[in-house]
Amino acid sequence: MDYTLSVLVENHSGVLARISGLLSGRGFNIQSIAAGESEDPTATRITMVVEGDQRVINQVKTQVSRIVDVIRVIDLTEVPSVDRELGLIKVGSPPHRRTEIFQIVDVFRAKTVDIAPDSLTIEVTGTTEKLDALLEMLKPFGIWEIVRTGQISIARGGSNGGKGAKNTSTPAAE
Amino acid sequence: MPGAKMMVEALKNEGVDVMFGYPGGTIMPFFDSLHREDIRMILTRHEQAAVHAADGYARATGRVGVCVATSGPGATNLVTGIATANMDSVPLVLITGQVPVDMIGNDAFQEADIIGITRPITKHSYLIRDVADIPRIVKEAFHIARTGCPGPVLIDLPRDVSLISGDFVCPADVNIRGYAPAVKGDSQAIQKAMGLVRGAKRPLIYAGGGVIRSSASQELTAFARKTGIPVTLTLMGLGAFPGTDPLFLGMLGMHGTAAANQAVCQCDLLIAVGARFDDRVTGKVSEFAPKAKIIHIDIEPASIGKNVLADLPVVGNAKDVLLEMLQLAEPLAVESWVRRLMDLKQDKPLRYNRDCSVIKPQYVVEKIYEVTRGEAIITTEVGQNQIWAAHYYPYDHPRRFLSSGGLGTMGYGFPAAIGAQIAFPDHITFDIAGDGSIQMNIQELATAVLNEVPVNVAILNNGYLGMVRQWQELFFDKAYAFSCLMQRPSCPRQCNGSCPERPPYVPDFVKLAEAYGAVGMRVDKPEDVEGALREAVNSPKPVILDFLVAREENVFPMVPAGRGINEIIFG
Repeated sequence: MDYTLSVLVENHSGVLARISGLLSGRGFNIQSIAAGESEDPTATRITMVVEGDQRVINQVKTQVSRIVDVIRVIDLTEVPSVDRELGLIKVGSPPHRRTEIFQIVDVFRAKTVDIAPDSLTIEVTGTTEKLDALLEMLKPFGIWEIVRTGQISIARGGSNGGKGAKNTSTPAAE
Repeated sequence: MPGAKMMVEALKNEGVDVMFGYPGGTIMPFFDSLHREDIRMILTRHEQAAVHAADGYARATGRVGVCVATSGPGATNLVTGIATANMDSVPLVLITGQVPVDMIGNDAFQEADIIGITRPITKHSYLIRDVADIPRIVKEAFHIARTGCPGPVLIDLPRDVSLISGDFVCPADVNIRGYAPAVKGDSQAIQKAMGLVRGAKRPLIYAGGGVIRSSASQELTAFARKTGIPVTLTLMGLGAFPGTDPLFLGMLGMHGTAAANQAVCQCDLLIAVGARFDDRVTGKVSEFAPKAKIIHIDIEPASIGKNVLADLPVVGNAKDVLLEMLQLAEPLAVESWVRRLMDLKQDKPLRYNRDCSVIKPQYVVEKIYEVTRGEAIITTEVGQNQIWAAHYYPYDHPRRFLSSGGLGTMGYGFPAAIGAQIAFPDHITFDIAGDGSIQMNIQELATAVLNEVPVNVAILNNGYLGMVRQWQELFFDKAYAFSCLMQRPSCPRQCNGSCPERPPYVPDFVKLAEAYGAVGMRVDKPEDVEGALREAVNSPKPVILDFLVAREENVFPMVPAGRGINEIIFG
């Protein structure tokens, strides 16, 4: 199963390297990782999607929490959250098939952002599943290039996703 | 004041009075400001030895060990020592020189991205870009190294930063918002733990290096004695509970005693304190403590549930948690369980075949115990020497057995002994070594001789990489591939050890010791062992004792890798 973690880290050089090195060094399976400035300019917020079981995910959480520059690790898997990913897709498109593609783009509420004699570039925002579905639909036209940001997530409502303390937390009994 | 001087001031603020290191181009400004100070700098002969010596100093004292090296090769030579300290949670601060800031990334002379190289093996690291940050960074580095689960912290100091002048303004407190290690355990969890303790019929304490790191030996001992719960220790935990106490069952795991391993298999409650269920301890995980509820007390949440699931985790400092448990402790009615284990301890003790005309390595360790009255600081290398030193020298005090447990670093013991001896000049210090591992840092004889550090090195010389040879004997059809230290081109491809023409020893350690100005003694008869040891401990100089021991002696008991720890081979 896929777990979504929101990790707030100090905006120091090398933090991303520390996190990604830890994940690869310990053999964790990362689906996506996306980072950017947070509401606090001295902190960066990272959304990670990690594949594994509950035990693996507990290890990921506690191991990432050990990193001195990690401020908070929040598990958004079980809390209501808004999850989005942005994708740019370049599709091969001879002029006579454009209309078909436009219809698909419309259904997915995506946008055509560039057009050339033999191709179209589509921008799409949504959940990872939505992006996957759109890609599936576009496949027959010939996909030339895909760029995806990886998932970013935020908890719904006023909460920050709860349990945000690090290091001091006692892992739940198993 | 220049950055280099600020570094020295900041180190003095942390109470540093001895460091271990090796100079070079980029770190020269630091060494230059150091020679006017009364901080002691021990010049080793290799950077790896400097970090092991700082590690030995730290393990023996409980203080932060400090090691300094230059950029590039100086820094990369630290890597094995840093990984050693990281695996065994040893508090170190490592200062490396770096090329000037504007040359970083240019493949400059003696440039290495040491921050990048050491990222997976340090607790934290800093590249100093602004001279004004030096006081804060040094303060934070020491704080991070010694608190929580201790570990190595690296500070990379570019040469130009060490030359620029700045104002020395040190913050009063350390304030790192992402770093707040737990100290006290959760009281509710402790109450629950004590409930399990009260209900247990066959309880067992399994304690590790965390007890020593948090100076919790007294609390552990008091808790075990008050409740009457027997104790087994990991290699890293030796000394955390008195080795001569009747409740002590010996070490557990791959080279655990029958009593300890059986106790793990039979217990209904396992109280793990400051131990991490390492594979050398658990063997096959599914057969480790199969009947037991497990309480896991550890400062590091990531250690809990990593290898073996705990029924009751308690995150906290071993000392604080044990103190709280002690206050709730009462004597338990576990006499029949303890009696069973005591019987097992008597029936299946550690033993070796004594009637032999050659020196047995175990005998040497026993004699070291006798001659030093069990009060020496013992360091080890890695392999057979390490396990014999663990088996045949009961440690009654913490911080007296210094060994690379997690990483298993050959070459650790000798420099670590130098570091420990410098911390405790009046103590007798022995490195129990093999003839293979001692050669990995033998150059430190110069450091010991010149600094008048009277360490003793007892080489259990069997001409083999003994543990490798033992595994080859047991698991590789006695094909001694590349484990004989006397192998020459004329040797047959298939060696089984029965070679008649080998030289008696290589090298001549006695001559080697003498070449460095140390004392060298060779001993090849059991009756001469004790006399040689007495002479060594009375010598004001470093001593190399070359014991020519039984070549194919094995370490027993032994559990083959990956098997359940009840599947013991007794030899």
